[in-house]
Amino acid sequence: MPPFQRYLAWLGKLMTGDAGLSLVNGQPVAALIGSRLGNSLILAGVTALVAVPLALTLGITSAVWRGSLYDRVVGASTVMVVSVPEFLVASAAVLIFAVHLQWVPALSQLGRINGLFDAIRVFALPVMTLTFVVVAQMARMTRAALVDVLSSSYVEMARLKGASQMRIVLWHALPNAIGPIANAIAFSLSFLLGGVIIVETIFNYPGIAKLMVDGVSTRDLPLVQACAMLFCAAYLVLVTAADVAAILANPRLRQG
Amino acid sequence: MTALVSIQDLWVTARGANGTETEIVKGVSLEVARGEVLGLIGESGSGKTTIALATMGYARYGCRISGGTIRVGEAEITALGEKALRAIRGRRIAYIAQSAAASFNPSRTIMAQVIESALIHGTASEAEARAKAVDLFRALAIPAPDTIGNRYPHQVSGGQLQRLMAAMALITDPDVVIFDEPTTALDVTTQIEVLKAFKAAIRDRTTTGIYVTHDLAVIAQIADRIVVLRNGEVRETGPIDDLLKQPKNDYTRSLLAAAEPAPRLRDEDAKSKEPPLLTVAGLTAGYGGLTDTGEPRIPILKDVALTIARGASLGIIGESGCGKSTLARVIAGLAPQTRGTVVLAGETLPPALAQRSKDQLRRIQLVFQSADTALNPTMSIEEIIGRPLTFYFGLRGEERRAQVRRMLDLTHLPSDVLGRRPGDLSGGQKQRVNLARALAAKPDVLLCDEVTSALDTVVAAAILDLIVELRRELGLTTMFISHDLKTVRAICDDVLVLYAGRQVETMGAAAIPETDHHPYTRLLLASVPALRRGWLEEEALAAREGKVDLSLAEGCVFHPRCPDRIAGTCEIGQPPIRTTAAGGVIACHLPAG
Repeated sequence: MPPFQRYLAWLGKLMTGDAGLSLVNGQPVAALIGSRLGNSLILAGVTALVAVPLALTLGITSAVWRGSLYDRVVGASTVMVVSVPEFLVASAAVLIFAVHLQWVPALSQLGRINGLFDAIRVFALPVMTLTFVVVAQMARMTRAALVDVLSSSYVEMARLKGASQMRIVLWHALPNAIGPIANAIAFSLSFLLGGVIIVETIFNYPGIAKLMVDGVSTRDLPLVQACAMLFCAAYLVLVTAADVAAILANPRLRQG
Repeated sequence: MTALVSIQDLWVTARGANGTETEIVKGVSLEVARGEVLGLIGESGSGKTTIALATMGYARYGCRISGGTIRVGEAEITALGEKALRAIRGRRIAYIAQSAAASFNPSRTIMAQVIESALIHGTASEAEARAKAVDLFRALAIPAPDTIGNRYPHQVSGGQLQRLMAAMALITDPDVVIFDEPTTALDVTTQIEVLKAFKAAIRDRTTTGIYVTHDLAVIAQIADRIVVLRNGEVRETGPIDDLLKQPKNDYTRSLLAAAEPAPRLRDEDAKSKEPPLLTVAGLTAGYGGLTDTGEPRIPILKDVALTIARGASLGIIGESGCGKSTLARVIAGLAPQTRGTVVLAGETLPPALAQRSKDQLRRIQLVFQSADTALNPTMSIEEIIGRPLTFYFGLRGEERRAQVRRMLDLTHLPSDVLGRRPGDLSGGQKQRVNLARALAAKPDVLLCDEVTSALDTVVAAAILDLIVELRRELGLTTMFISHDLKTVRAICDDVLVLYAGRQVETMGAAAIPETDHHPYTRLLLASVPALRRGWLEEEALAAREGKVDLSLAEGCVFHPRCPDRIAGTCEIGQPPIRTTAAGGVIACHLPAG
């Protein structure tokens, strides 16, 4: 069969859940991914739980105190963090916290977790590294979106009605910034997907990014293809979710 | 009587991007007595809005109140902290902004926003506030007062939003209301309804007001006293009649002169006898594709016909959305036409821009309303004016520069603007560059689309003078699109009135003072505020508020709003066309007189 038809056949089977067999060990690719997907989702989920509120808080507060010392410090440090690649952050974190201080293990072995404290120790480094990377982006975009809304006429009107700063931000500004903020979150979380490849490899975390990297090194094409497909799908789901959120937040779009 | 609002020696400074401070209000002092409405009048940059906002202890981002005292009642605004100011804003002093569309939060319902200040300041329970809001809607003559609050801002019209904002301001029974150009963005026919509603609300509540505007005729209807501002300083203060009849200050006099533009055409300018240069016939245009019957799905213009004699000027007048800009765009080839012909000097022009020859393109030039968006901000003035010279005439180098200088001369611009960018010029100068760019192509026909509406009155008057001068010097033929009857009357030979894409009347500009007009023309004429007190009360306009229905297939388009419509006649059949004694052409079912 020509490659094009083979690809279509593979795609058709993928739709039914059959991702083919691994070329390396002959096991179904779906099973291989299934055993790792949960781990990756936990890592991404924990990171999102830490990163999203942190980023929103930083973005909103610096938009509200635009031009203040706080805003400038947050602005400068987010630019710095954005420009440092995650493998450097990860390596530096291992060097400081695992090797010198020995607070946490250098490798994330999920099999040896006993209780909450252990879990925190295992997740600390990978989550911290990923958070570092995505928070900066999200915070900057949130700030930009909110600054835009805060300089609008209706916010000035609210201020002239005697509304408090808190009310202006939560009741007037945020609902109108949900669209751009949701997009910023989706964009950053999809960036997480790229980030996990490096982070899972460095910390030897048993997720699907690590699986994909192993697949590449052993030239296990069905596995690599399926993983790539999964990342694409996750990206599309995130971006669509953001668009839906933006539509729901806007009465003009909501009512058609 | 002691003043309710007293401003003494107010200074406001703005900090520029490079940290330099400029004073935008320089030592202004004024007082407003209880129950009085004070008009603050001036051009853009005069500091009128800044002063009004300072009364609420508020300065826009980058600005600060740098000196002086402001007292409202017992409260010394300039000495209060942020928290105390919040307690006064929206409670003791309320604000009505220029653009209601921008000042309503798009994601909250109207009711929630109208009663917000009552809830913030605790002047009423939610149920009481809602009931009060509905009463206010009724008092302000807002349609469907019981249900309009449930809507979102984008679902109601501009004129209604402006009145809803007045309800929002009055919900807490404030001592002082600040009106910041509340009718500037509205069409004249809408403006008059809003002004009437405001006037009634002010009278019923004996509201103390500060009314900010650039329009003398509007303020003459509302205010008791006027303060004339220029460049952040008070030029003249006085009761409204004194100021209108015996202005003491030169600047006030120039404002008054600009408010009543004198006709600029003289008898020897009459060009109507010349052969027609531009003839448009049966022009129909719209967008959204065609229906089965070959009509545009969303019609904009229907069967428009016009002729402009060589060297003459035709004014196109109508409210926003009537299709007047589309007409210019279709003639210029920028927008597609469904049917009809555009003939220039005996030559039928192809409908689309791409099919027209370079020379056909050159002969019709369009001048856009907003020079800010029409001029490329990264190009120098020389490049902007030079481009058509290179494109149409292949001029380069010194030759081109000489021609650009000539264009600058023609539009009375100093030659040192050559190397500058549009951002460095004033609004009036930018509009002159915009004109010079069009003139550089040596056009036969100049289509001017609202070229003066974004400008201050005094600056706009100078542009009108320039256009008339160019017509005399170059024999230019112009189509002048405007929503302002006074402007059109001042510089045009003929006037075409558009309503909902239909041409309802065509007449000589001299026929405007006559009484035999289409009902819509009458409504337009009667809606233009006169520069005297009491006009608003005398003007008994009976036109109905109504949405312009572009898709109305049967009958006269204006009948839903017409005060004189004949039931059973006007909604059926195309209105017959008749000629008036003054030579005008009217499409109306009503008999003459």
